[in-house]
Amino acid sequence: MSDLPFILFSLVAAVAAIMVVTRAVAVHALLYLVVVLLSLAGVFFALGAPFAAMLEVIIYAGAVMVLFVFVVMMLNLGRSDRDRERHWMAPAVWIGPALLSGLLLIALCTTLRTIPPTAASDTMAPIGPQSVGLLLYGPYVLSVELASFLLLAGLVSAFHIGRNIRGTGTGEP
Amino acid sequence: MTAPMPVIIGVTLVVLLGLATFLTWFERRLLGLWQDRYGPNRVGPGGILQAVADGIKILFKQDWIPPFADRGVFVLAPAIGMMTVLLSFGVVPVTAFWSIAGDLNVGLLFVLAMMGMGVYGVVLAGWASNSKYALLGGMRAAAQMISYEVFMGLSVLGVVMQAGSFTMRDIVLAQSGLWFVVPQALGCAVFTLAGIAETHRLPFDLPEGENELGAGFHTEYSGMKFGIFFLAEYAGVVLISALLVTLYLGGWQGPLLPPALWFALKTGALVCLFILLRAALPRPRYDQLMALGWKILLPLSLINIAATGAILLLHAPG
Amino acid sequence: MFGILRTLWLTFLHAGHRRVTVGYPEHKPPLPPRYRGRIILSRDPDGMERCVACNLCAVACPVDCISLQKAEQDGRWYPDYFRINFSRCIFCGMCEEACPTYAIQLTPDFEMSEYLRPNLVYEKEDLLISGTGKYPDYSFFRVAGVKIPGKDKGEAEREAAPIDLHTLLP
Repeated sequence: MSDLPFILFSLVAAVAAIMVVTRAVAVHALLYLVVVLLSLAGVFFALGAPFAAMLEVIIYAGAVMVLFVFVVMMLNLGRSDRDRERHWMAPAVWIGPALLSGLLLIALCTTLRTIPPTAASDTMAPIGPQSVGLLLYGPYVLSVELASFLLLAGLVSAFHIGRNIRGTGTGEP
Repeated sequence: MTAPMPVIIGVTLVVLLGLATFLTWFERRLLGLWQDRYGPNRVGPGGILQAVADGIKILFKQDWIPPFADRGVFVLAPAIGMMTVLLSFGVVPVTAFWSIAGDLNVGLLFVLAMMGMGVYGVVLAGWASNSKYALLGGMRAAAQMISYEVFMGLSVLGVVMQAGSFTMRDIVLAQSGLWFVVPQALGCAVFTLAGIAETHRLPFDLPEGENELGAGFHTEYSGMKFGIFFLAEYAGVVLISALLVTLYLGGWQGPLLPPALWFALKTGALVCLFILLRAALPRPRYDQLMALGWKILLPLSLINIAATGAILLLHAPG
Repeated sequence: MFGILRTLWLTFLHAGHRRVTVGYPEHKPPLPPRYRGRIILSRDPDGMERCVACNLCAVACPVDCISLQKAEQDGRWYPDYFRINFSRCIFCGMCEEACPTYAIQLTPDFEMSEYLRPNLVYEKEDLLISGTGKYPDYSFFRVAGVKIPGKDKGEAEREAAPIDLHTLLP
């Protein structure tokens, strides 16, 4: 019974993921991707990780996907792009990758079955933000620092690309 | 003491939507007061039924979707805008005993997440309208709201550090001695500015920008779909006020009066402040808005976090 | 930064200022007597129509909202019909300036809304008032009569004798 939200969210995520791949209009696909991310957040929540769920919504659904939509809006895709996407949806195009993905899925399922189910899934307590923070700055402090280095590098390069070259122009991109 | 959950949800929803409707009239009256005129004063006592008249009118208008619009997304957009605002209210504790999910352990993050989702309402409206003004409005909204979400999230971190919790109720209870507006004045100021930008209210209503964009992202909207956007904006004002009260002004706490009344009083005063901002200030240029965000508010909120952390560490026991 | 706060404060102080709005239907603003509102046709002190159907008002009208037809009785001209389409009228007052007999005048009345546009077309009966309007003593024929069959200038009814231009005596 307590698995019901989990199953529901997973189903929504799976269906929405299929819709992402099959949409011809880019924004529709992105919307379904947002639904996927939201339902993944729901899955996290159902599994007792509200902090991860909220971060999923804030960062992926809230920020990254908005940037995707932003870019797609700027591209000004029209009817011709939609038709081209439709053309790419022909079975000859997707049958190969789909078969390989199916093989991967089967392999994944069979490997997962060999792992014995842990008893933890029944007694799992929700993990609050405090414990996540303690873990991040305790055992995982090195990876946090490395991630921050990566972000800093991204920041510096973004600043470099966006800077005003030789004082020409208004400085606004 | 605690009312059953459906009652709480129902009452909150009705009060909130009623308040948003009523605010459309209240704002016009207040703007009139501050601009030496009357505002709507004809319908009912003091014009208070103007909101009802507007509601009836807008409900009976033709529900028109432009033929060039993307129908599904066009209908979806106002719903997203409204729903995210309403959902955010779920974690706002009105009193210690009256809140839908005031003790959610990621309450504040939930609010930020819903703010992030609220961007979609505006951006998709701009895209689905398939007209240049709406598109420009939507793109402005995307950049503005994402940017100010960052400062909003950073500015509330000071509060979270002091309260030691993301739970809204704990944050309020942590202010029983001193309201956070005193130690977190900087964060409060940044949060207020970010809140205005996030609800795209004047003076930061660049996504709408009547002078240059027609009506911005809702140029093509009419009838009740426009009404939903309108109500969502006012509900957003109430939400930001309620959040400010919860995070910085001690929530329901106060002497003598009952807690719910204190909450209502504080929220009402802040709503008036937002309307005053609209009455007094001109709209900045778009690049000025972004420069204000990234060059002033971001460093300020980072300084706020660093200072709060340092002081907390200095006073930490042991 | 200080300027913004000062603006907020000054705007807030406006809450105590007097409102400049005039609540119109309850409080009617005082209109000057020469206000250009609804157009009327006046009569001379003897109660006769002043209009001599000279068509100058219709010519002067920039939006062509005045229409009239001349008729003649005892050698004197009067309008057979006189029609003003107030849905076109812009209340510029040029007809009043053009009128040689002070017949057409504008009044301080602007409350003339109608639900049907044709109702804004005023006929002579609607335009004609029983008084003299802004010029109580003026009678065109008394000072500028015309010769009619059988009677010379100044000999017809309600006419003053023409002034002898060659004498200096008053």
